[in-house]
Amino acid sequence: MTPVLSDEQMKETVEKYLKFLKAKDAEIIFEDNWGLKKLAYPIMKKSTGFYQLIEFKADPSIIKEWEVTFKRDERILRFLTVALDKYAIAYNEKKRNKAKVEKNQ
Amino acid sequence: MSAQQAGEIKYLTPIAVDTKRKKYCRFKKSGIKYIDYKDADFLLKFVNEQGKILPRRITGTSTKYQRKVAQAIKRARHLSLMPYVADLLK
Repeated sequence: MTPVLSDEQMKETVEKYLKFLKAKDAEIIFEDNWGLKKLAYPIMKKSTGFYQLIEFKADPSIIKEWEVTFKRDERILRFLTVALDKYAIAYNEKKRNKAKVEKNQ
Repeated sequence: MSAQQAGEIKYLTPIAVDTKRKKYCRFKKSGIKYIDYKDADFLLKFVNEQGKILPRRITGTSTKYQRKVAQAIKRARHLSLMPYVADLLK
């Protein structure tokens, strides 16, 4: 997402996409906001950006529409949709549990 | 005789250095099955100063995981977590 957003606008954008998923009966497994990060190279003359990660389970037929909405949204600098294999799912779960344990301590 | 000896010495030294360390695939060894494209710091190990992906010849990664490393690095580049081109990355 573009860095020229207030916190509120950023949350609103995220919310919009979560709503989209909910409307399509997708199951949201995990979401993570990385906050403002420096980009490795400038995109659209911006050197920083907000990162947001959403892990979800949905029917593959909605992906096309999902990506089109990203392309139309000028607040999105970059996006990537990846299919996760069983190893990736295991990895993500392990990482999440680890983060949880660290939080509790 | 002396020429043969000199030749032997030249040949022996590099061999001794080469055989000291055997290359291994770090993913096979530590049982990593999935390479995370979000973990840019880890992927930095498989890239040279210019941000290019290092060959298997140097890292010792097996073919299966080299493919995954390459895919992960390319994804990280797309999301601007890693640079496409860089100087003095390390």
